[in-house]
Amino acid sequence: MCKVPSEIVEKIGAAVFEGSIEEAGELAKQALASGLNPLDVIEKGCVPAIEKAGDWFARGDYFLPELVASAEAMKAAMAVLEPALREQKAERKVLGRVVLGTVQGDIHDIGKSIVGSMLSAAGFEVYDLGVDVPGETFVAKVKEVGADILGLSALLTTTMPRQREVIELLTEKGLRDKVKVIVGGAPVTEDWAHKCGADAYGEDAIRAVRVAKELVQ
Amino acid sequence: MSPGRRIRPIEPKLRLSFLSPDDIERIHNAALLVMEEVGVRFPSHKALDILEGAGARVDREKMIARLPGDLVMNAIKKAPSVYTLAARNPDDDLLLDGKHCYLSTDGCGVETYDLYTGEKRTSTKKDVHDSAKLADALDSIAFVWGPMVSAQDVPAETRALHELEACFVGTSKHVQPETIISEEIARYCVEMAAILVGGKDNLKKRPIFSVMQCATDPLGHDGGSLEASLVAAEYGIPTGFMPMPMSCATAPATLAGNLVVTTIDSLSALVLIEIAHPGAPVFFAAAPTAIDLRTGGYTGGGPEDFLLGGAFNQICDFYGIPLSMGAMATGAKVPDWQAGVDNSFSTVAPVLTCTDMLTGAGMLNGSKILSFQQMVMDCEIYEIARMFAQGIEVNDETLAVDVIKKVGVGGNYLAEKHTRRHLKDLWRPTVYDRTPYNVWEANGKKGAFETATEIARRLLETHETIPIPDDQRKEMAEVIKKAQMELAKGGVKHV
Repeated sequence: MCKVPSEIVEKIGAAVFEGSIEEAGELAKQALASGLNPLDVIEKGCVPAIEKAGDWFARGDYFLPELVASAEAMKAAMAVLEPALREQKAERKVLGRVVLGTVQGDIHDIGKSIVGSMLSAAGFEVYDLGVDVPGETFVAKVKEVGADILGLSALLTTTMPRQREVIELLTEKGLRDKVKVIVGGAPVTEDWAHKCGADAYGEDAIRAVRVAKELVQ
Repeated sequence: MSPGRRIRPIEPKLRLSFLSPDDIERIHNAALLVMEEVGVRFPSHKALDILEGAGARVDREKMIARLPGDLVMNAIKKAPSVYTLAARNPDDDLLLDGKHCYLSTDGCGVETYDLYTGEKRTSTKKDVHDSAKLADALDSIAFVWGPMVSAQDVPAETRALHELEACFVGTSKHVQPETIISEEIARYCVEMAAILVGGKDNLKKRPIFSVMQCATDPLGHDGGSLEASLVAAEYGIPTGFMPMPMSCATAPATLAGNLVVTTIDSLSALVLIEIAHPGAPVFFAAAPTAIDLRTGGYTGGGPEDFLLGGAFNQICDFYGIPLSMGAMATGAKVPDWQAGVDNSFSTVAPVLTCTDMLTGAGMLNGSKILSFQQMVMDCEIYEIARMFAQGIEVNDETLAVDVIKKVGVGGNYLAEKHTRRHLKDLWRPTVYDRTPYNVWEANGKKGAFETATEIARRLLETHETIPIPDDQRKEMAEVIKKAQMELAKGGVKHV
């Protein structure tokens, strides 16, 4: 058991950096139980750790599975800390809010999930709606959380047109100018991104994070 | 009319072993354990009804079926080990007997390197036809898998039918689409093929197309694909299942663990098909790989793929189920050194474990870009693998003691009858450059790419595929027209 508060914060940081998912959640609970301010734990423990993981990845000392594990550990800690944060009516700083999912009729998951983890690791707040997501669900979530970015994934040429449909739906609901849209997935090309009316194209997870950062700047 | 047998399967004499019998047993037992304890996702109530009726424990909410070991083993026993993939031209039928290895095209790409301009562009129905036609002209290629690219200039809801039509017209060899992913589309495809073989009843004897489905690794399938395969099996059309687990992402990092997932995601679909239609021809198709550790992307090549390919073939032999092994799926962006290395190794490993089908030739960027030149060059790799797999035959004739005695010390064998009898046993290149330096220079310093371009253009401009009679062409077009009307109602808008 950690008694000294700063020691817990340090341990959370280590757990996030090392990608120890269960431990990160457990330590977050201990932090709250010992009366620490959730915002302090996030900003002094979790954020520097995930940034360090990101730096290591950028310079080639961390591989993608290691970075994803860090992002998952961060998520586990945030799942405990964020409700406490809301109770205090406090808010943490995020780069932007991202709603993400695979379009209706398409059940491919892994690429989109990697993008979600990478965006979390980069400091975005990510709402992953999963796969086979109807256009209305994307639009409703964008509205609900005030998303800065909407990420639409498709792995089939027959479901790619759904990306355009979702974008058209955003326009119809008067939300198109409030959110930037990134499209991705194996058959998606730069050319299609232009054709379907998206703002950007992420060929892989690394590029998706880069364009997301550019879009919120 | 018929040009006679053209295709050139490999009959490997050399055999490599990647796994010991004990290794295979352990992978098998691990797969059985996971299928029984964790289960596999079958997101189709039709599929779950069938499995539940046969004794699987089904969780309807999660759409997971836990498959008892004896159910799995009984299903395997019902599946045939030997059967034929028919071709529109019966001379090019493919007997899957575990002794022959047939090369197909690669497929499911979305872009094409234009053969004349070199430009990379969105793929069209014409590309589907032209790639099938080039495959028809190349004797190394035994059947067309895919289609090689997506026909993105036709409506999405009937795209698979347009693609099947373009393949049938482009080649008289067997066609194996991977785009038949709903029950409705499967029924239209059956209708189209029935036109060419003289009725649905004849499809059982003459399955001129087969169906391949992707699994949803790990431990899952796609509902529409399963229902499409049930239709195929109903008409005696062979149906295959293709897991592509990627180590670190959709499979464990370790290769043995990847093989457990690959085995489950193949076997579990076979169980469904054999319960519904006992004795239906099923094959496995596998393209297990590892992620790129930097980007998380599909690698399409690399030493793990070569090992996994050979090993999974041995596992399929253990079950007595034909295998189509994913090979030649290089991640290279142009036909370069990497493409050559990848496609050579990924061909040799499954050939030396005698895979039944090798899928396939002609794509770049991890099966995303069609390259006609790459298709020609991949055929050359396949021909090198053929020569290699033959090994060395030792008998009185090949030992050639008589002619060695006759030529004696310091002579040569050039004009000997023995040489004439056997000179064509040696490999002869079509793309490889073996010209002297000054000849190469005088000919404009042509490399493999330029030679392959010339061959591909010549074949596409001069080759004539055995035509489909006009009335049958019309009937197929009618089916597509009808399908368009029926499917457009609830379908996706035209891109």
